[in-house]
Amino acid sequence: MNAFRKNVIQPILDCWSLLVGLKITGKYFCKPLITVHYPREVIDSENLSTYGGHVELIGKPKDPAMPKCISCMMCVTNCPSNCLTLVKQKAPKPTPEQEQEWAAAAERGEKVVKPKAPKNPAKFTYDYTLCSLCGTCIENCPANSLQFSNNIYWVATSRKEMNIDLLARLKEQATELSAPAPKIEAKPAVAEKEA
Amino acid sequence: MFGIPMILINLVIAAVAAMIWLALNALVLVYCERKFAGHIQRRPGPFEVGPHGALQPLIDGLKLMSKQLLTPDNADGFLFWLAPILSMIPVMLLFMPIPYGPVLTGMEVNLGLLLILAFSSFNGLAVILAGWGSNNKWGVLGAARAVAQTVAYEIPLLLTVLSISFMTGTLNLSEITAQQAGFIWDWNIWKQPLAFLIFIVAMFGETNRAPFDLAEAESELTAGFHTEYSSMGFGLFFMAEYGYMVAMCSICSVLFLGGFYGPFPGIEGWWWMLVKTYALLFLMIWARWTFPRVRFDQLLNLNWKWLLPLATFNLLATALIMKL
Amino acid sequence: MSAYQNLEQMKGDFYTQKFEAGKQDGTLIINMGPQHPSTHGVLRIVIEVDGEYIVRSEPVLGYLHRMHEKMGETQTWGGFIPNMGRVDYGHPMAWNWAYVGAVEKLMGIEVPERAEYLRVIMTELNRLTSHLLWWGAYILDLGAFTPIMYAFDDREMLLDILQRPSASRLTYSNFRVGGVQMDLDDKCLELIRTFIPHFRERLPMYHDLVTENLILRRRIEGVGIIDEDMCQRYGCTGPVLRGAGVAYDVRKDEPYSIYDRFDFEIPTQDSACSAGRYHVRVAEMEQSLRIIEQALEQLPSAEGKHIMDKAPKPSMKPPAGEAYFAVEGGRGKIGVYVVSDGSKVPYRVKLRAPGFSNMNAFAEAAKGTILADAVAILGSLDLIIPELDR
Repeated sequence: MNAFRKNVIQPILDCWSLLVGLKITGKYFCKPLITVHYPREVIDSENLSTYGGHVELIGKPKDPAMPKCISCMMCVTNCPSNCLTLVKQKAPKPTPEQEQEWAAAAERGEKVVKPKAPKNPAKFTYDYTLCSLCGTCIENCPANSLQFSNNIYWVATSRKEMNIDLLARLKEQATELSAPAPKIEAKPAVAEKEA
Repeated sequence: MFGIPMILINLVIAAVAAMIWLALNALVLVYCERKFAGHIQRRPGPFEVGPHGALQPLIDGLKLMSKQLLTPDNADGFLFWLAPILSMIPVMLLFMPIPYGPVLTGMEVNLGLLLILAFSSFNGLAVILAGWGSNNKWGVLGAARAVAQTVAYEIPLLLTVLSISFMTGTLNLSEITAQQAGFIWDWNIWKQPLAFLIFIVAMFGETNRAPFDLAEAESELTAGFHTEYSSMGFGLFFMAEYGYMVAMCSICSVLFLGGFYGPFPGIEGWWWMLVKTYALLFLMIWARWTFPRVRFDQLLNLNWKWLLPLATFNLLATALIMKL
Repeated sequence: MSAYQNLEQMKGDFYTQKFEAGKQDGTLIINMGPQHPSTHGVLRIVIEVDGEYIVRSEPVLGYLHRMHEKMGETQTWGGFIPNMGRVDYGHPMAWNWAYVGAVEKLMGIEVPERAEYLRVIMTELNRLTSHLLWWGAYILDLGAFTPIMYAFDDREMLLDILQRPSASRLTYSNFRVGGVQMDLDDKCLELIRTFIPHFRERLPMYHDLVTENLILRRRIEGVGIIDEDMCQRYGCTGPVLRGAGVAYDVRKDEPYSIYDRFDFEIPTQDSACSAGRYHVRVAEMEQSLRIIEQALEQLPSAEGKHIMDKAPKPSMKPPAGEAYFAVEGGRGKIGVYVVSDGSKVPYRVKLRAPGFSNMNAFAEAAKGTILADAVAILGSLDLIIPELDR
């Protein structure tokens, strides 16, 4: 009798679980969709703001086109993937008059004050193909000049494009900031997840 | 009429109509299946081509047609390309004897059921040829599974159909439908509930649909028998699969759900047939997107240990009752 | 007829030839992988089948070898942390922790208390994503398409939470020697607090849809027995070992960090089959929720203490010596062994991947089962192929 119960009755009763499964999928069939139709809808900005895209420079509060960067090379030396390239600015080449002046000053025994090289970098490029987005550059930046961008829609068609000139990007952003941003057509998707 | 017998004209029209019906159904069903699956999984499914992605199956068909027909190295070219054709042609024949409406019957044959059962087994042969001819080990495994599966599931299917024809005393599908005219309780499903259940399960097995899609089983056998097929070779198998589904569901609705008759008298018409067929089709799709795949030995166990004895019992009981 | 008639090409590669040497009569040798849909990437298993029955099988590794251990010998100590996120994309936080913990042990660093709690919270959340990924993919292997979408629905919410403190969604590398990279903000904590009851509500649905399902139960119950003895021989850990009835969990047995402060159970199953491993993992998700809840309650409010003051720079120089640190990952015991010669780069980094040991039990467990069972066993081991090869 026990064997009969185990081998015959129980499997028939267990078939109920199949109906339960159908019920669940049927229930979700009737519920609203939860995906985001990308070109027509976009992810809400709250979520987007926490997204860590590629690394970008932060501008000075007063001059958004000028990075806070002081060319200390901390990011470049600490980068595990060697994806950052920074070229420091050289001191301006002295004109002949200046040179004469300095020479004269040196003869007089005065201290020569040569103009220092500007601190902001001459060139700051970043190879996105190499970057592992670990954030080491960001936390090691003494001037807090680096951050993750929220640029989730970034695409490139070639490797060359993946090599981003961060200074040019900062300038672009600065001009965009001053000009009114183009209106985004797509609405943010309504978060309809049931709690 | 010019010496051409009327029946021949009728047949040609029916064949063409069956072909169109098949192609149309395949397109609609692919779309429905993908949409249905999408909504079950809470995503939109195809959406970009046409309004709500309605043209997606058409474009997919075009894509398949524009692809290269590739015969694998060391494959038996003749068998390899015979298989999809062999899988496609019997499907059209399946539609011939099915009464879709009072006059919408392709071919009035007294042995309609027999014809359908005979031709529906052709799919098994096509699958074997495809698996064997493509010189692929996964294909052979898929074909071997398909043989055992189609042979096994044919038997309970036959037995349930037999019990219906015992009851109705005919193999003519139009007559079986005619006997179910009247109210909803005149349908055969109330007289043969067990047979209906067995038929549904056997239908899944016979059409190689999930959870019984062992011949293709993509997570086990990559794609089973059609691993090596490209372009319309795959397309034909695909269409044939949907064709078999439509055919089986149509037969099921004729046998058990009163065919083109509505739930009460006076409203019969082909649309009832359509509604019933598609309701059954949706059940199949629904099951596919819910259940895991059964294992091969379990599939055969289910058949030989459950369906076959039950179907035999049902047949004997029917025979006994009919005798009394 | 074609170029393929060339017999040299038909011979197969080294592994196939070696495997073929022991072939019986009337059997078929098939290559499952490296492009098989249910080997989750590029694991290759050479299988000898007699009909559908597996006579013997042999996993072939190396298709995803990225020399992480060698890279450890060239990177700076801090620069190796991003690699740990890539070893195992399923549960990268635990790998982060294992490495960072080993370096901290070597340098004798005490991590601030808040940082410990943050590590626990993030690792457990990550364990949930890991198990959800496994759950969906396993059911997908068994032929059901829908559950993975439901699992990813919840997983997506977790990723949204985890992207706040780590700025990434998959390969996290936000642990640092001395703490974690970023603090969890209030919004993030609130999201976690709302997620826990939401997920508790969802779990019964998972059980109804999948665990209780007749077909699934028949597929996994009694399939692929890996018992305690086998686990010992192969060095299986994690849910595989717990599925064999051994209550071994690094979090309890060798408590590291602050795991001794939490009250949680180690789910075990005595059946030692795929179903046992399945149930262990599902039960572990609930236990992870419990740990997160307790950690949120006890979380010290000291803001900005997510990393110790004067945390070592990436170019740190730990004293010469060696250290081993083990944590409990989603797949088992993750061990990292580091040797320092006092320079800026590690002398040696040895990674002990749990998946590697677990996978080796496959050949024995799969013997005599049928091909569909092989998929069920392979899935139940929860293999992440990048982790096997490292």
